Amino acid sequence: MNRKIADRIATITFVGLSMIIVAILLYLFAYIIMNGFSKISWDFLTSPSSNILAGSGIRDQLFNSFYILILTLIISVPLGVLGGIYMAQYAKPGKLTNFIRSCIEMLSSLPSIVIGMFGLLVFVNTTGWGYTIFGGALTIAIFNIPVMVRTCEDAIRSVPRELKEASLALGITQWHTVKTVLLPSAFPGILTGVILSAGRIFGEAAALLYTAGLSTPRLDYTNWNPFADNSPLNIFRPAETLAVHIWSINTQGLIPDVTEKAAGASAVLVISVLIFNLLARWIGSMYYKKMTATK
Amino acid sequence: MRNTTELSSHRLLKSNKNRKDSELKGNIIVKSSAIIIITLTIALTVFLSIKGLQSFIKNGINPWDFITGTNWNPTSETPSFGSFNFIFGSFAVTMLSALIAAPLGIGGAIFMTQIAPKWGNKLLRPVIELLVGIPSVVYGFIGLSVLVPFIRNHVGGLGFSLLSGTIVLAIMILPTVTSISTDALNALPKNLREGAYALGATRWQTIKKVLIPAALPSLLTAIVLGMARAFGEALAVQMVIGNVSDFPNSITDTAATLTTIITLNIGHTTYGSIENNTLWSLGLILLVMSFIFILIIRFLSSRRKI
Repeated sequence: MNRKIADRIATITFVGLSMIIVAILLYLFAYIIMNGFSKISWDFLTSPSSNILAGSGIRDQLFNSFYILILTLIISVPLGVLGGIYMAQYAKPGKLTNFIRSCIEMLSSLPSIVIGMFGLLVFVNTTGWGYTIFGGALTIAIFNIPVMVRTCEDAIRSVPRELKEASLALGITQWHTVKTVLLPSAFPGILTGVILSAGRIFGEAAALLYTAGLSTPRLDYTNWNPFADNSPLNIFRPAETLAVHIWSINTQGLIPDVTEKAAGASAVLVISVLIFNLLARWIGSMYYKKMTATK
Repeated sequence: MRNTTELSSHRLLKSNKNRKDSELKGNIIVKSSAIIIITLTIALTVFLSIKGLQSFIKNGINPWDFITGTNWNPTSETPSFGSFNFIFGSFAVTMLSALIAAPLGIGGAIFMTQIAPKWGNKLLRPVIELLVGIPSVVYGFIGLSVLVPFIRNHVGGLGFSLLSGTIVLAIMILPTVTSISTDALNALPKNLREGAYALGATRWQTIKKVLIPAALPSLLTAIVLGMARAFGEALAVQMVIGNVSDFPNSITDTAATLTTIITLNIGHTTYGSIENNTLWSLGLILLVMSFIFILIIRFLSSRRKI
């Protein structure tokens, strides 16, 4: 009978451990929603932030976050897709391919603060740009490229072999096959990967602290000249993103309503990441339904 | 009757005169992206190593004293740079958070794969995916506004402590450990479990004697990956650990880690000064540790039995 009791105890333990995990998540979400959701208002989203006064908003930070996200994707997606094509179609098994694989593994698993230090060294100090949006975007692209390479390689590899072979059998060259057969079929998979990585970029802070900076100049949203200092579109201006803002008001800020503002900003951040994840999941399931003709 | 046959030039793919050219072009574009990845990795390693070694070469700090010294006082008249307390802090929070996250994560994975796969997939898997999505500053913020006051009131000390850092990190690495352990257990062949059941083993005996030993290298990989993440995490830890360079005497004492000292000071010190250079050396230690974690993971994957 002893072993049956042991089995029962083990089962209860495992159920308990899982319940703890669920409870942690429920608590985190309840905290963010209860404290943060009520702080989000149109006014909060559209008024500029302040370092000293209460009642500030997150307008510029929100804009900066999206702007850096878009710039990073512009830099890293083409490179990642090409890298994925190389790994899936062109690379021959051997030492070089193994070395590239190690490089990808290393770049994607380095701590973001180390990547941030590299960005500070190269894009801030060596180039003499100072803290810029562009430097920040380049820095995050460094760890997003390997992530993209992996997703694209997987997406291209999951395209049925027959499609590719039929195309090659028709006498179409490899590059043309990649462009007209493989990439369109792999597109939904790649898109899902891009959106998922967008969530990670959106919440990134450590790599941006000392590359995009902790401040934003006074912006004039009617100035669309990308070379003007006060234009939001200028890529050579410092920019504090939403995630960096949460860190900086908590650790260095002087505003009296810190907890409130940080809770509101956290809620905006978590909800944005959630939307990215749901979108990726939705596209994935749409694609799955289309390919398998199930409802 | 109209001739409905299309001209062959419309029907067939045009023979591309530049086919060879475009093939070559494609080859070059694709290969150049591979070259960029290699260049980036090498540049990152080389640049950070050169910069990190400057405090030893240019400023003449003894590397051994740097690693083992416990006195960090860069601004005094006779500055001393002993980073042992930060290295210890980093290892302490990493090990302790792995101690919390490993049983929770592997337990959750066993629940998901062996005990209640239906519930696991419906409830636990989405929960894990959501936890992955929460940005680290949000963990830090919640740690700062909930955990720190809780520990101050109920456990003791200032609240800012090794313990707070450990708990925040444990929650952060939990999804990593759980999802990789789940994959590892799912990848085991079914007949292992069925064979054990057929011999009359209970579920717990099967898990303990058959499944965990078979998946052990992958489960260890999950833990090491979690530790690598914990070791490199900067902002969430920085917000709750207190950032004091003294050696922590107890778990409720304030501490500092390599990442928190870098985060706090690298923007405030003059580029090229001794203090700044020593921060880059701390960064080099971080880089070397990341390499070591990757090597451990490689070693574990090569020992995978199934």
